[in-house]
Amino acid sequence: MTDAPETEVTDATLVSRAQAGDLAAFEALMARHERRVYALALRMLRNEHDAEDVAQQTFLSAVEGLAGFRGEASFSTWILRIATYAALKIIRKRNGLELVSLDEATDATGDGDGVPHPEYIADWRASPEQLVAHNETRQLIDAALAELDEKHRLVFLLRDVEGLSVRETAEALGLTEVNVKVRLLRARLRLRERLTREFGDPARRREPHRHDE
Amino acid sequence: MHCDELLAALNEYVDGTANPAICEELRRHLAACDPCQVVVDNLRQTITLYRQGQPIELPPACRERLHAALRERWRQLHPVPPTA
Repeated sequence: MTDAPETEVTDATLVSRAQAGDLAAFEALMARHERRVYALALRMLRNEHDAEDVAQQTFLSAVEGLAGFRGEASFSTWILRIATYAALKIIRKRNGLELVSLDEATDATGDGDGVPHPEYIADWRASPEQLVAHNETRQLIDAALAELDEKHRLVFLLRDVEGLSVRETAEALGLTEVNVKVRLLRARLRLRERLTREFGDPARRREPHRHDE
Repeated sequence: MHCDELLAALNEYVDGTANPAICEELRRHLAACDPCQVVVDNLRQTITLYRQGQPIELPPACRERLHAALRERWRQLHPVPPTA
């Protein structure tokens, strides 16, 4: 083949080649997306063995479903959706008898309640760049995310950590866009509250503004 | 605009997807409401923190296993035709 370098070949081109039976093209697609798939699975499941299982299932499902991939979504959205679905299955299996949690992850009731009000408001002592650079603060950041309810954590992971759009997040989790927005706002506000209690400068704390009229 | 209304429009505001009229109203509210301005700053920093989170690397051995499993499945799905 007289190809341009792989970096210039689009995913769509590689998909067509793979659909035509070109294994190297599929492996090139995999090479582009495998780290992101693995990272998403690891963030969702927090277990390396499970993350590898999900990554494997994802690419096997992708190769099996490749003929049916029509390119309505980008390959990356499609593959992340497969990975999310596979990871959700493991989460549900883990939850086992805790059917309440299972319902929670997919049930939108309770999303309509009011949004939690910010309580602890203060300028941070350090910039995000400085905070992620230190092990001690990094652990606090990871712990804060781990403490979120699953339904909020998953939405935040897909939207803010992985950078999916609201619509893509909704599709991957089987939620409406409205539910995604509500959960995202709660997730962001809870993380803000928690992190500001850790990183806020007490000397520059503000009282929340009350509007009780 | 009250702080409650600001809260409801916060996602769109920090994502830059709020419509211009709402943006303008929010900016006016924020200019007069210091706690809300700090909440918006905190929120942006929170999102930045996680966007800049440590990249997760795929362990090389894991990558090898993934590709090996994929090739095996590929061969099952695309049996090599007997050469003419």
